[in-house]
Amino acid sequence: MNQQVKIRIDGQEIITERGKTIVEAARENGVFIPTLCNMPGVKPKGACRICTIKINHRMMTSCTTPVADGMDIENNTDELNDIRKSIIELLFVSGNHFCPACEKSGNCELQALAYRFKMMVPRYPYDFPRKEVDSSSPKIIKEQNRCIACQRCMKTIVDEDGRHFFAYEDRGKDLRVVLDPILGKEITDELAKKAMENCPVGSIIYKELGFHEPIGTRKYDKEPIGSKIES
Amino acid sequence: MSKKITIEPVTRVEGHGKVTIYMDEEAQVKESRLHIVEFRGFERFVQGRPYWEAPVLVQRLCGICPVSHHIAASKALDVIVGAGTGDGLTAVGEKMRRLMHYGQFFQSHVLHFFHLSSPDFLFGIDGDPALRNIVGVAQENRDLAVQGVMMRKFGQEVIRLTAGKKIHGTGAVPGGINKNLSIAERDELLKGPDPLNADKMVDWSLGALDFFKHYHKNNQAMVDNFADFPSNHLSIVRKDGALDIYNGVLRAVDAEGKRILDDVDCQDYNHYIEEEVRNWSYMKFPYLKHLGKEKGWYRVGPLARLNTCDFIPTPLAQKAFEEYKAYTHGKPDNMTLHYHWARLIEVLYAAESIRELLHDSDLQNEDLVVKGTKQHEGVGVIEAPRGTLFHHYKIDDNDLITMANLIVSTTNNNEPMNRAVNSTAKAFMNGQKDITEPMMNAVEVAIRAYDPCLSCATHALGQMPLEMTLVDAQNQILSHKMKS
Repeated sequence: MNQQVKIRIDGQEIITERGKTIVEAARENGVFIPTLCNMPGVKPKGACRICTIKINHRMMTSCTTPVADGMDIENNTDELNDIRKSIIELLFVSGNHFCPACEKSGNCELQALAYRFKMMVPRYPYDFPRKEVDSSSPKIIKEQNRCIACQRCMKTIVDEDGRHFFAYEDRGKDLRVVLDPILGKEITDELAKKAMENCPVGSIIYKELGFHEPIGTRKYDKEPIGSKIES
Repeated sequence: MSKKITIEPVTRVEGHGKVTIYMDEEAQVKESRLHIVEFRGFERFVQGRPYWEAPVLVQRLCGICPVSHHIAASKALDVIVGAGTGDGLTAVGEKMRRLMHYGQFFQSHVLHFFHLSSPDFLFGIDGDPALRNIVGVAQENRDLAVQGVMMRKFGQEVIRLTAGKKIHGTGAVPGGINKNLSIAERDELLKGPDPLNADKMVDWSLGALDFFKHYHKNNQAMVDNFADFPSNHLSIVRKDGALDIYNGVLRAVDAEGKRILDDVDCQDYNHYIEEEVRNWSYMKFPYLKHLGKEKGWYRVGPLARLNTCDFIPTPLAQKAFEEYKAYTHGKPDNMTLHYHWARLIEVLYAAESIRELLHDSDLQNEDLVVKGTKQHEGVGVIEAPRGTLFHHYKIDDNDLITMANLIVSTTNNNEPMNRAVNSTAKAFMNGQKDITEPMMNAVEVAIRAYDPCLSCATHALGQMPLEMTLVDAQNQILSHKMKS
């Protein structure tokens, strides 16, 4: 079976390999599709919906959809970008994201996407929910005000014995990603730092490191999100 | 018939103020109140946050002197991370913070003198309101206005290169700083194209001082007598008595120069200072505990600092200081409008200190942070442009803040500002039946001398418009005017 497939994204012809997702194919060919819950190396789930694209006029999540020959994909359109912006706005209003005092500022994917999509005042009213700050671990803080429930920590922070440090608790509107209270006390430096790094927002904070990176040297100070893929 | 006069909004100060003047049956001023009517509550909502967030969070109190809050909070947290009580940082840690602080001092003082106060000096208290602003200054004296703008810009550049941003940066962290100053950054400030270099800033600071002295010479009686009253004065000073705005011990003198507080460790501030709450203002009234509410209130800021310190450790500012002290024969200066004189001497001190620091190779060191044994409580005290600033935090075992107490510079000046308003009201409003523009201006000039940041003091947002109301003995409003 031929491994090569031909797709079009916004009219640009891309030759890629069967088995890849649309996000992967796009990324490898200089096309930026925004993602939040998606991470290279982790099985995609399409949780955040920010990578929504249109395939043959149907909306799909590009992180979960494998490429297929002849796909005609819309990505960078006013309609889709507005949907993405509205998702970003929903995430902002449903949590308490105060970028000015957040140490993830400048390294935060949500903030970087908000800049990219020129979010000003969200179109939705703020919820100002009451959320907790779990600081019981000696290494990390789980800041629920900023959690977007992307599951990246749940999938990637696993120790050698296969123990997962993060899990869902409760359901529906009360659903939240929590740090296991027992494992949280045992977490290694390495895993704690990885958890902070893998969190796309400022919900997992490695303790007592705050603001050590000067403004101007942070990830998105140097390269706005997507610019590396597009360059 | 007695009256109550309210001036609202108070203009050309930071924040929002309202003045009420109570008149007695003989139409004489009985009492004046400067009400601070906003409330923000930073002390409350910093609770529950990780302690290292505090320097970045609390600086949002203000856009004029955020560096002061940033550094005061960082100093308090230095204690918490075991980096000592002011002198435990590495050389680069302390010197970068000092540079940031001097830059902040410079730009804030310059903003106050050139943008907010110089219109009063150029056009007079009763000058045309359409002209009495920075645009009017630019039309009347272009060089003065340009100097004001460029000096402020220089100060902001110092902040940018030390804190990462001109406003609300992140340079200071518990136990030190997050960046040093590269050679290129140093040269940008030291050898920048005219006028944006340290040498020019020192020259222009001398010029600004001369401008005020010239004004003083021609308006001596008004400057010396306007809203003057005796008071105590408080600030930190270096251990040896030098003016030091970053680190030191608490010292207070009375109106005659007698030391009423000396060599007090800032960590113990709450053993000596108490805050009184009055039901008509959101701004508290601090006083020295051992002297009580009636006699323990004090002034802070440039006037107080030059009254408490013994000398200034930079040569040109020291020379200006000697001349300044000679004017009052070495006694404390209690003349309210001399705040401007003292402020301009401090501008020179800041400019000289910036120039001196830029030549210090410690700024290029790499050892940015020190930490020791964790503590659960810390106090940070600095001299902000407007006066002594106290930050006090307690944390729990999980690194979250459980208590914050901020005594902001303007809060320290609350009682003196009320007295200055009262003194001005008596001079201008006794026997008057209505509020006139010069009356409102005079009250504003008295308040403005303190360069109050009412948004900081109450943690309120926005400009400071002045509302003024005149109230009679029966509590009936006789006259009410607003300015914005």
